[in-house]
Amino acid sequence: MWNSYSTGGPVGVTAEITTFAGGGDDEIHGYVASPVAETLRPGIVLVHHMPGWDEFYFEVAERLARHGYEVICPDLYCRFGHGLPDDVYAKVRTEGGVHDDSVVADSAAALEWLQARPTHNGKVGILGTCSGGRHALLVASVVSGFDAVIDLWGGGVVAAKEDATPARPVAPVEYTAQLSAPLLGLFGNDDQSPSPEQVNAHEVALKAAGKKYEFHRYDGAGHGFVYYHTPAYRPPQAMDAWDKIFRFFSDRLQS
Amino acid sequence: MCTLLASNTPVRGMGKGADGWFPVTRATVGYDHTTHSSEEHALLIDFTNYDLGLHARVAVELDLESGRSLLAHLQAMIERAEASAIR
Repeated sequence: MWNSYSTGGPVGVTAEITTFAGGGDDEIHGYVASPVAETLRPGIVLVHHMPGWDEFYFEVAERLARHGYEVICPDLYCRFGHGLPDDVYAKVRTEGGVHDDSVVADSAAALEWLQARPTHNGKVGILGTCSGGRHALLVASVVSGFDAVIDLWGGGVVAAKEDATPARPVAPVEYTAQLSAPLLGLFGNDDQSPSPEQVNAHEVALKAAGKKYEFHRYDGAGHGFVYYHTPAYRPPQAMDAWDKIFRFFSDRLQS
Repeated sequence: MCTLLASNTPVRGMGKGADGWFPVTRATVGYDHTTHSSEEHALLIDFTNYDLGLHARVAVELDLESGRSLLAHLQAMIERAEASAIR
């Protein structure tokens, strides 16, 4: 639960940009946030959204670290160059988006980085919003080693074949049989991507494959309802979502 | 939603960015998440020169109605310029 720590406890975090060996052993940036207490803790790979490796994601990393997780958020756009996040986003957009294979490779490398930490407790989750939600699900489906995955309104999980692009050649729902981690999905019913129909179709696929999952759908919320820096923000739904995120990760990573 | 709708074309001209004027070499038009407009999605138009760095960019975010109006005015002005025979 958010805001439920003891005021007498060690609740501080440290956070910094580091470099690590990403996919193909390329040196890429990661934003790492860690609890100050040097106790064993689970890891979380945080998969940023299409607008990029931005301040929102840095703050999410710090929030998760404050709840006891070692978090690494790889800069999936690192190879596109550096500048203001919206300038980098523009470059990525111009080039058709980051390729799924690149995201998978960098996220797998981030998983290994977490597993090698001396304070690692053996459990790792993965979370993303928007395109990052789609990518988080994709990664957890094709890379083994994750113990929980959270998809926050990932668009394109269910997609028509004609909507495939060179960067996103396969809809993650096609990999449902390979999904090895329990899934939490949070969605707004006013969203257009994923639409409620697409969320339902994903749920049908998960049920058919016998996968462990929890889906929650919020009325009065659309795409990005947790984004407190945008007009899409819906405080009651967002705070309920945070409670579900903390509970889902806690049950699967901290037990 | 992330649409990934974008197309781009080489251009020749000058643009004024944060550091002053610079030659623009590419224009990209997209319809995707905004980064600054109050709208969730908008037409995203960028004039860039990536040889100079990612900061060499003139960007606007427009709603669809504004985009249509701009397109019509741009088309009309191109036709007037060509008809004028002034080069």
